Amino acid sequence: MKKRSFAQRIAGAPYILWAALFIVIPMAIVVYYAFTDANGQFSFDNIKQLADYKETFLISFEYSFIATVITLIISYPFAYLMSKKSAASQRIMMMLVMLPMWMNLLIRTYSWMNILERNGIINNFLEQFGIEPLKMIGTPGAVIFGMIYNYIPYMIIPIYNVMSKIDKSLLESAEDLGSNGLSKLRRVILPLSMPGVISGFTMVFVPSVSTFYISQKLGGGKVMLIGDAIERQMQTSYNYNLGASLSLVLMIVILISMIVVNRFAGDDDLLI
Amino acid sequence: MEKNTIIELKNITVEFDGEKVLDDMSLSIRDGEFVTFLGSSGCGKTTTLRLIAGFLEPDSGEVFFDGKNMRGVPPYKREVNTIFQRYALFPHYNVYENIAYGLRVRKVPEAQIKEQVTEMLRLVNLQGFEKRNVTKLSGGQQQRVAIARALVLKPKILLLDEPLAALDLKLRKDMQNELKNIQKQTGITFIFVTHDQEEALSMSDTVVVMNEGKIQQIGSPIDIYNEPENAFVADFIGESNILDGIMKSDYNACFAGRCFPCLDKGFEPGEEVDIVVRPEDVDIVKADQGMLRGTVTSVTFLGVHFEIIVDIGGFKWMIQTTDEHKEGEVVGLVIEPDAIHVMKKSKYSGQFGDYSSYSDEIDTLNVIEEEEN
Ligand SMILES: Nc1ncnc2c1ncn2[C@@H]1O[C@H](COP(=O)(O)OP(=O)(O)OP(=O)(O)O)[C@@H](O)[C@H]1O
Ligand SMILES: [Mg+2]
Repeated sequence: MKKRSFAQRIAGAPYILWAALFIVIPMAIVVYYAFTDANGQFSFDNIKQLADYKETFLISFEYSFIATVITLIISYPFAYLMSKKSAASQRIMMMLVMLPMWMNLLIRTYSWMNILERNGIINNFLEQFGIEPLKMIGTPGAVIFGMIYNYIPYMIIPIYNVMSKIDKSLLESAEDLGSNGLSKLRRVILPLSMPGVISGFTMVFVPSVSTFYISQKLGGGKVMLIGDAIERQMQTSYNYNLGASLSLVLMIVILISMIVVNRFAGDDDLLI
Repeated sequence: MEKNTIIELKNITVEFDGEKVLDDMSLSIRDGEFVTFLGSSGCGKTTTLRLIAGFLEPDSGEVFFDGKNMRGVPPYKREVNTIFQRYALFPHYNVYENIAYGLRVRKVPEAQIKEQVTEMLRLVNLQGFEKRNVTKLSGGQQQRVAIARALVLKPKILLLDEPLAALDLKLRKDMQNELKNIQKQTGITFIFVTHDQEEALSMSDTVVVMNEGKIQQIGSPIDIYNEPENAFVADFIGESNILDGIMKSDYNACFAGRCFPCLDKGFEPGEEVDIVVRPEDVDIVKADQGMLRGTVTSVTFLGVHFEIIVDIGGFKWMIQTTDEHKEGEVVGLVIEPDAIHVMKKSKYSGQFGDYSSYSDEIDTLNVIEEEEN
């Protein structure tokens, strides 16, 4: 019975409708705006203007890439250690990882602004000891830090999920065949946890590269990312056409980089 | 030629959640021996192997290799390899890479790896499977990859946890021969786990019968079969009629309402004992010529022989014979002195006895086996 029954088709209908309404149609609108001018005439102007944003694109990708890699370096050992703890400790650690996510991104970022500011908590503290105030806010470091802080749970959780599902008997059999801890990690745990790494990488990189709030608040207006550029076109310049073409290119570049990441990891199914 | 003890377990106790899974177990295994742990599901066979492999430390007692205490020595430093009950093949490697794993860890040169893996693939009859994905193999094929993966390392000791359980009868017989040959050729000490008594008896130098975390008997297959130490072993290995009896004096055992000459001695006069008579050791004769007389209540044809149940004073005997008899027929039984085996009373006395629930027993056994497969 290969054909889907009527009931199956009815059951699938809401999802197809949902996908059409909220994914396909908006995409089509983005494409439409990207290739038209303010009067609705077909035009390549927006695309040509993108050349001015080359620098912004590069910086966005550079910062988010750095942030994602650092997040991975922190998260992987954490997830590994977490998966080795007792069930009760695992639950508590999971809670702690998720806790910041219960708070709004804006509030979290705002708090960090207060902490890192010229007259913020850290500098006030340092002043007590007569130490010169540090310049933190408005630096690329602060923006990258903000990305790491905000998105690290999205890296830890998928890696932890995959790792905790690795069959314990595989680890035993690796030891049995002569692997010590390091060789077990390299030959068994690392390859088997790759799917988690890839989805974690995606889930941190994509929001980082398109963020505008983090760069605005922690970049102090000095760090402009592609998200900021898009936001400016939409909110300030009311140039929806240029905004749409920026979004379109961003989407395409993200798509390509994710395909590259997947191929690089040798995984067959796309995790985006 | 007496070989050295290679592994010694001394008074091992293991508990899980307050439950004793191994209870004061002691055992020594000689170099080059083929030892089989035989026992029903859950009796602690896998646990014993895990102790030897190093995945588990005993709560009390010690494990010695060549006289060296192994406490605290991690699995990767022990000269033991395991074929796991559930294969535990690496899903991210193909057949070739799975078998090559241990060699790669040991940094063996590539040319040698290729040679040895190819040799192993031939041995387990999986030539041409090098590139195959292990998760797509049948159970039997996976099992053979697991065997090859451990054997390629030529360990001093190989632990095999029911390695043939997933194979069909023919392949199983072939692999039994194959493993036995490998063991003979290489001189590797095999510690083999099974709950198939026939497999245990046919393959091993020494059989260790276990139940509820305790060793019931250690001995050669022939000893285990002919001289079971208690009612559990007698019942577990082969078919047996187990009766309550009394040793009147040396060489004189009384059961089933009369006394028989036998070959056993060394019991107190009048001591209560368990008597084992194997079904194939009883001769059926005309009713008036036998030592015992009873009525045939069931006859089952099994190809080579008949299995006949004879009711004697309410006790149902199982007898195997090549002659046909009819249900309801009154027959005589002759039991020669060497057919009678006398055992001390144990906690298993009375738990196993006659074949009155014969058909039920067969059914439950089948169900258990199906569940396990
Ligand atoms: N890690 C564990 N935690 C708790 N109980 C355990 C653990 N490992 C084994 N047991 C218990 O110990 C007992 C013996 O288990 P073991 O695996 O040694 O049995 P086995 O003889 O290998 O049985 P089978 O023939 O079914 O493989 C069982 O009752 C089992 O439930
Ligand atoms: Mg087991």
